[in-house]
Amino acid sequence: MTQDIDPITLAVLAGRMEQIADEMDATLFRAAFNPIIAEAHDASHGLYHAISGDTLVQGKSGLPIFVGVMSFAVKAVIDKAAENGDLADGDIYIFNDAHLGGTHLSDMRLVRPYFHDGKLFCYLASVGHWHDVGGAVPGNYNPAATDAFQEAFVLPPVRLAKAGVVQTDIIDILMRNTRLPQSAQGDLNGQLGALDLGVRRLDELLGEYGADTVRNALDALQDRAELLMRGELTDLPDGRWEAEDFLDNDGITDTPLRIKVALEIQGDRMTLDFTGTADRCAGPVNIALPTAVATAYVAIKHIFPGLPANAGVMRPIDVKIPDGSLLSAPFPAPVGGYTETILRMVDVIFAAASQAAPDRVVANAYGTINALSISGKRANGQPWVMFSFYGGGHGGSPESDGLNHGNAPISTATIPPLEILEAAYPVMFKQWALRPDSAGAGLHRGGMGAIYEIEVLEESATAFLFGERGRFAPKGVAGGAEAAMNLFSYEQDDGWHTPPMASKMVGIKLKRGQSVRLDTPGGGGYGPATERTPTEVARDVAGGLLTPDHATKTYGSAWTEAQQ
Amino acid sequence: MKSTNRMIGVDVGGTFTDIFVLDEATGTAQVAKVPTTRPDQSGGFLAGINARVDDLSTVSVVVHGTTAGTNALLERKGAKIGVITTQGLRDVLEMRRRDRPQTWGLRGNFIPVVDRALRLEVPERTLADGTVRVPVDLDAVRAAAQSLIDQGCLACAILFANSYANADNERQAVEAVRDIWPNSHVSASSEILPEIREFERFSTTALNAYLQPEVSGYLARLESALHDGGFDGEFMIVQSNGGVMDADTAARLPVRTALSGPAAGVIAAGYIAQAAGFPDVITGDMGGTSFDVSLIAKGQSMLSQQTSIDFGMVVRSPMIEITTIGAGGGSIAWVDKGGLLNIGPESAGSTPGPVAYGQGNTRPTVTDANVVLGRIDPDNPIGGKLERLDVEAASSAILYHVGTPLGLDALQAAEAILRVANSRMAGALRLVSIERGFDPKRFAFMPFGGGGALHAGAMMAEVGLARAIVPRYPGVTSAMGCVIADMRQDFVQTINTALAGIDLPGLTRFMQDHVDSGLATLDAARTHFEGRDTEFTLDMAYLGQTHTVSVPLPITVTNGRVTAPTEAEIAAAFDTAYRATYGRLLEKGARRVINLRSAVTGRRPRFDLATLAPQAGSIDGAFKGTRQVHFDGAWHETKLYRRLELPIGAEITGPAILEQPDTTVLIEPGLVGKVDTYGNTLIERALT
Repeated sequence: MTQDIDPITLAVLAGRMEQIADEMDATLFRAAFNPIIAEAHDASHGLYHAISGDTLVQGKSGLPIFVGVMSFAVKAVIDKAAENGDLADGDIYIFNDAHLGGTHLSDMRLVRPYFHDGKLFCYLASVGHWHDVGGAVPGNYNPAATDAFQEAFVLPPVRLAKAGVVQTDIIDILMRNTRLPQSAQGDLNGQLGALDLGVRRLDELLGEYGADTVRNALDALQDRAELLMRGELTDLPDGRWEAEDFLDNDGITDTPLRIKVALEIQGDRMTLDFTGTADRCAGPVNIALPTAVATAYVAIKHIFPGLPANAGVMRPIDVKIPDGSLLSAPFPAPVGGYTETILRMVDVIFAAASQAAPDRVVANAYGTINALSISGKRANGQPWVMFSFYGGGHGGSPESDGLNHGNAPISTATIPPLEILEAAYPVMFKQWALRPDSAGAGLHRGGMGAIYEIEVLEESATAFLFGERGRFAPKGVAGGAEAAMNLFSYEQDDGWHTPPMASKMVGIKLKRGQSVRLDTPGGGGYGPATERTPTEVARDVAGGLLTPDHATKTYGSAWTEAQQ
Repeated sequence: MKSTNRMIGVDVGGTFTDIFVLDEATGTAQVAKVPTTRPDQSGGFLAGINARVDDLSTVSVVVHGTTAGTNALLERKGAKIGVITTQGLRDVLEMRRRDRPQTWGLRGNFIPVVDRALRLEVPERTLADGTVRVPVDLDAVRAAAQSLIDQGCLACAILFANSYANADNERQAVEAVRDIWPNSHVSASSEILPEIREFERFSTTALNAYLQPEVSGYLARLESALHDGGFDGEFMIVQSNGGVMDADTAARLPVRTALSGPAAGVIAAGYIAQAAGFPDVITGDMGGTSFDVSLIAKGQSMLSQQTSIDFGMVVRSPMIEITTIGAGGGSIAWVDKGGLLNIGPESAGSTPGPVAYGQGNTRPTVTDANVVLGRIDPDNPIGGKLERLDVEAASSAILYHVGTPLGLDALQAAEAILRVANSRMAGALRLVSIERGFDPKRFAFMPFGGGGALHAGAMMAEVGLARAIVPRYPGVTSAMGCVIADMRQDFVQTINTALAGIDLPGLTRFMQDHVDSGLATLDAARTHFEGRDTEFTLDMAYLGQTHTVSVPLPITVTNGRVTAPTEAEIAAAFDTAYRATYGRLLEKGARRVINLRSAVTGRRPRFDLATLAPQAGSIDGAFKGTRQVHFDGAWHETKLYRRLELPIGAEITGPAILEQPDTTVLIEPGLVGKVDTYGNTLIERALT
C-alpha cells in the first residue's frame, strides 16, 4: 500500500479528479465539429501515470474502449519522449498509429505532460474519432484494406507543440491529408482546448491540496480499485471455463475466424487466455495488442460495473494474447474493422464468465457495429457521404429482457434521428423499426434488433458496409437461446441480393429508387425459454415482435398455454 | 363590491403542500404548510388555502406549481393512449436514439408508454424538403382511430415523419381523428413541437397525450373545488420554463409542467436575490433524495431545451435548467469494499427516512450526520413521526456502517459524511458555474427547501462563493414563485436552411404567427399585466457543425406587428453570439439557420418583498438558549435563535443556529449572519 491518506480527503479528491476528466470530455463534445465526437461521443479524456502511463482517472462520458486503451497511447509517448530525451512543460504529442496506441487510425490521440513546480506530475490525454484521415475510403471503414496505408495516413507520435509553441507545420501536414480539413481543424482545436482546461483544473487542485496529497490519493485509488477487483474475484468460484465464437470472415477471404478464450479464476486472480484464436488475417479485422488488452478491461467492467475506471482494476488480471494471432497483429496489418473483433472478444468473455457466475453476466448483445456508408453526387455535382453505425438488441440479463435497439457494448454512441439524415442526404428511410423474431428466446429474452430500409433519392450512389454476425448468431447464456443473425440486402434491377461476404459489401452501385436494407441481430436470451411466462410470450405476439410460428418454435408450451 | 385582490400560490410537494397568500391591497403576505393528501391532492390544496383565506371570492388569482405530471411520468400512471404514425416508423418511440440506461453493465430495458399493439401505421410520407411523397390515406387514419377507440384508448397522438417541414398530412389526419374521437385529447406532433428530430418530437407528443387525461382531470377537480368554495378568479399553472399558463392550456399541454414546482422555486429565488441586491445567484434545493442546483446570472435563469424524465422518456420543451445530483438529506452513506466512503445514490427518502426518524431505516444518512453533530434540534423534528429524534440510533448506525470500517469514532465519521456530501454538492455548484464559464466568486448561494441552509457555509468554503442568502421563508419558496412568475409562452419552428438566400418573408410569417398566438393568449387572460415582451432567437451553426449557438435577434414588435429582419442583421447577430461562445469565427464557413424560437411574455405585477420583513423583534427576545454543536473536531457552545423574531439589521456571529418551523440555518464559526431589510439572512465571512 502507498502512503496513508485520510479516507475523507481521498473520497473528496476522487470526486474532484473525476470531475476534471468529465469536464475535459464536455469541452471537446461542445467544440467538436464532427458528429462522431459531438453527438456520438467517440472520444475520451483522462489523467495518466507519469512513469507507467497507467490510467489514473478517466471521464465518465467517453467511449468505454478508450478507458483501457489510452494508457498504451500515453506509454507510446513516454517511450518516444525518452528517445527524444527532452520532455518539456508545454509539449504536446499527437499521433494516430493504432499499432502503438490501439483502436484504429481514425482516433487522433493528443498526449500532454503535466508539470507542477517544474516536475512531471502526470500526463493528460485526449482522443477523438476524426471524420476523415485520408486512405482509400471516405470515413476510413475500408472492408477490403490489406494494409494500414489503404486505411488512412499513419502519424507516429510527433510533437504538435514544443514547450508551449505549436508547430504549425505539423498542422499543415495533417490538414493536407484529410478530405475534411475544416472538420479536422475544429476537432483539433477542441482537443487542445480540453487539454488546456485539464492543466488549469489540475493547477487549481494541486494548489489547493498540494502535489503530494493528490499523488497519494491517485496511488491510493489504484490500490483500492485493485482491492475491489480482488474482492469480486474471491467471491467467484475457482475454476476454468472456455468459450469460443467466430467472425464471419476478414472481408478478403470468406473463411470464419475463431476467437477463443479460457477464463481461469484462482482465489483473487483471473487469467484470460486467448490461445486457440485464429492467426493474423489479410483483411482489416486484425487488432493491435493494446486494443486486445483494453477490450478485456471493457468486458470485465461490464461484468463488475461498480468498479472505478482506473488501471488498478486490471492488476489481478492476466491477459494472454498469443503471438501471431489476429489479436496482436504487427504494423502495417490493417485494423480498421477493430470494432467487430473486440465485440467478439467481449462476447466470448461473457460466455465464459457466465459459466462461472450465471447470475452476474448478461447474454451476448448484437455484436457488430454495422458501419454503412452510402455516397454519391447530387444533380448539381455536389458529393455527399452518409456514414453511420446501426444498432441491434442487447442480451437478456438475470433481471430483465434485453434492451431493444441498443448501442454496442464498446461504445455509448447514439444514432442520429432519421429526419437529420434525410435533411442532410438524398435518402428516405422506408423502415426504421424493430425486427420481429430477432431476439434470442429465454426466461428473459434478448432485446430486438432493427430493420433499416433506406431508399436512394438521387441518381446513382455507392454503398459500403462493414458488419459481422452474418453467419454466427449472438449467443444466449444460462440456457438462453441465440438471436437472429445480421442480414444485409440491396436492390438491383433484377431484384434483391445479399452480398457474397454476408456481412461486408464493397462498392455496391444503387440507382435512384433502389434501397439497401439492414436486418440487424437481436440479443441472446438469458435462461431457458421454457421458463418464460405465457403472459410475456403473449404480449410479444400481440405486439407483433414475435410471430405465432416463431413463438411455437421457440417457446412451445408457454405459447400454447398463452393461447388458451 | 367586495375587493378581490388576493393572489395565492400553491406548491404541492411529496410531503407538504405550501401556500403563499399575497394581499395586494394591504401589501401583506402569509404562508401556510399543510400535509399533502394522496391520491387526490386537491384535499390538501383546499385545506391549505382555507387555513389562510376564509372567503375564496376575495381571491383574484390562484397559481399552482404541480408535480402531478412529473409523478404520473415517473410512476408510469398516465392513461392508455394510442399512436397513429407513418408507415415503417411505428417503433421510433421504442427505439429511442439507440442509447442505453447506463454506460457500464448492459443491464436494464425500456418499456414505452404506448404498447406496440396500440401504435398503428398509415400510408403517408412527407420528405425532408416538405414535398408530400405519399398523401395521407384518411380512410386508413379513421380506421386506425376507430380501432384505438375500440381498444379503450383515452388519448391519441399523430406522429408523422418530417411534419416539422410540412404539416399538411398531419393536419388532415388530426382533423379526421378529432371528428370521431370521443374527447379532446388528440394532438399532432407538429402542434406540440414543430422541430426537426422525430424521436424527440414524437416522445414529447406521446408523453403529452399520456398525461392529458390524468392532468386535465386533476386540474378540473381543483378548479371545480375552488369554484365550489366561491372562487371566481383565474386559475393558472406554472410551466417548466418558469412562466405561468392558464389551466386550459395546461390541460392541453401538460408535458410543459414537467418541472413546474422546481421552476417556480428558482423564479422566486432569483427575485428575492435580485431585490436583495445580488442578481448573480446559484440556488440549491436540498430535498430528501436529491440536491437541485440552478444558476441565475444578471437576474436571468438559464433555459435548457430538453430533459429526460427517466431513461427514454424525453421531453423537449424550454425549461429552467436545473442540475440534480443524488445527495439529499436521506442519501445513504456507505463504505465500499475498497474502503472508499460514498454518499448515495441510494436514499432513505422521507419514508422511512433517516435512522433518527425511527421509521425502520438502519443505514446512516446525511441528516443523521447533522443530527449527531448537534446541528439539527432533536426535540423539534421537522420530518418523521417521533416526538424526539433518536440521536443514539443515528450515532450507532454511523459508527457501525462508516466509523468502524474507516477506523473513525462516531463523531469523526459523521463529520466525514458531511465533508463528502458537501464536496459532492459543491461539485454540482462548480458544474453550473465554473464549467459554464461563470466565476463563482461573483455569485451568492441561495439554499431553499428544508435542508440546504445547514450546508450554506460549506458551499461558500468549498466553491469560493462570497456569501449565502437564506430567504425568510425558504420552505415556501416555490409557492412564492407561483405568485411572482410571469405569463410566458415559448414557440419553436424548424427552418433548416442556409442564411444566404433565406426566405425572409417566410421567416417573418412564422415570427408573426408566434406573436399573434402569444398575444391572443395574453389578451384572453383575466390577469393584469404591467407589460408585454417578445423575444426571438435563432438556433444557428456553420454548415457541417453539430452544435448550434443561440442567437438573439434584435427585432422589435410594434403594435403587435413584427419588423422583418434582414440577412445582414441576422449575420451580425450570429457572429456576435458565435464569437462569445467559441472565441473566433470561421472565415469561410457558411452560416445556417436551424430553428426559430420565440417567447411572448406578459409581465405580472411585482410585490414588495419588504412586506415579508420582520416588523419588530430583538436579538435578546429571539435568543432561546444554547446547545453543543460539533465543528472541526470539537464541541462548541452554540447560541440558538428563533429566526423569525430577529429584527432587521441583527448580526449574529457564528457559531449559531437560527431555527424556524421548517428550516434550520447554520452559521458556522468564522461566519456572521445578518438580517437584511427583507428578512433574508445574509451569511458572510466575519471580519477578523
